[in-house]
Amino acid sequence: MALEVSYDVIQVTLLSLYVSGCATILGSAIGIPLGALIGLKEFGGKGLLKTITYTMYGFPPVVSGLAIYYLFSRAGPLGSFGILFTPTAMILAETLLVIPLTTGITIASVAEVDRSVKETVKSLGTTPRQSVLTVMREAWVGLVMAAMIGFGRCIAEVGAAYMVGGNIKGETRVLTTVIMLETRQGHFDYALGLGLVLIAVAMAVFFFLRLLQEKELL
Amino acid sequence: MSDAVVLKNITKRYKDVTALKSVSLTASKGEVFGLLGPSGSGKSTLLRIVDLLEAPDSGDVEISGETVHSDSKEAFHTRRRIGMVLQKPMVLNRSVENNLAYALRIRGWSEEETQKKVDRELKRLGLEERRKKNARTLSGGEMQRLCFARSTIFDPVLLLLDEFTANLDPANVALLEDMIRNYASENKERTVMVVTHNLFQARRMCHRIALMWEGEVVEVADKKRFFEAPEDERTAAFVSGELVY
Repeated sequence: MALEVSYDVIQVTLLSLYVSGCATILGSAIGIPLGALIGLKEFGGKGLLKTITYTMYGFPPVVSGLAIYYLFSRAGPLGSFGILFTPTAMILAETLLVIPLTTGITIASVAEVDRSVKETVKSLGTTPRQSVLTVMREAWVGLVMAAMIGFGRCIAEVGAAYMVGGNIKGETRVLTTVIMLETRQGHFDYALGLGLVLIAVAMAVFFFLRLLQEKELL
Repeated sequence: MSDAVVLKNITKRYKDVTALKSVSLTASKGEVFGLLGPSGSGKSTLLRIVDLLEAPDSGDVEISGETVHSDSKEAFHTRRRIGMVLQKPMVLNRSVENNLAYALRIRGWSEEETQKKVDRELKRLGLEERRKKNARTLSGGEMQRLCFARSTIFDPVLLLLDEFTANLDPANVALLEDMIRNYASENKERTVMVVTHNLFQARRMCHRIALMWEGEVVEVADKKRFFEAPEDERTAAFVSGELVY
């Protein structure tokens, strides 16, 4: 082999999955309930809040990275946690990117549930909390889609991961940052190979999520 | 007979349209009360107000002697004593048995009690073999029977039916009407309010009937008088079929 591989591909792949998976779970745990509340409750400024949420779809990853970097840098307000250049910082930065997506898609998904379903549920005597949970269940396909899109953003993300992770060998190196590194070093074949690994990993996760989405909830 | 539903001077406007103009009505316990009238006359709006899904702009709604408000935090307690079946059968995206169980689980019934009650209802509906199927795979008639069963499984004191057979074939109409007649006659504390524009259905099912016309109650009378000796000329024209709408 002409080139020496200076990292463990399996470890890098697993770390990519870990960071993206945790950020997706966290981002969904926050964004999905938030989106359901925004989508189902009537309050002043709702339209503006929706517009802000949708605008945040295009939130630049480097800005999210910058925010986490500032907060957790040694001189930052949360510097004492010492998580900068760790997978935890990467998860937090990517969670910030996932939240607007899961929130926005959930808002649209619960709004899509037929008004007569919402009225039937209310008419049957549900408490407000029971109503929201039932409508969320009716919007199941959309909610899983929210998680899928969130995961898609994380697994493909490089700017924030690089900024707050630092691409440290054996610690914070993930597939996207290593592809960037290999490309810079002129190792196009390796970069391409890792790109294929990235796509294969994403495909496997999406396959699982699609099964979850299509599962008939009985 | 004591009063199950008392509506006093109910008014409802939507922007420039007045849907209900000071409507007052009383439905008694043990009766099947019909709200008859052409499309757009305000029947469904009135039923939605009784079900506390909408608030009137003015006027009072009394159910079993209590004045109730749709926007109060306790409105769901009142709704738990009311069953409603809509024109379009609206089943939840889950199994047939879980659609039935839903109405009991939200009321905090135990799983054992719920299963017993659901088993009995499935038998009555003839849907035992399809209990595990998604309710959305049922036919229109089966879905509507399921909706009726889901709205009565918790034994509501008041059952509201909004054009509940409008999309069904005659066989399913007959089946559902039978189920409702049985439901109403099993317990004299129960009241049924039926919204329909079908004269024949009103004649088959109701004890008393109100004719609604452009947001007003034109006439309320027992069935015999309503059809045979109406006082208002609009009622006379409506029941004779002369009124084209």
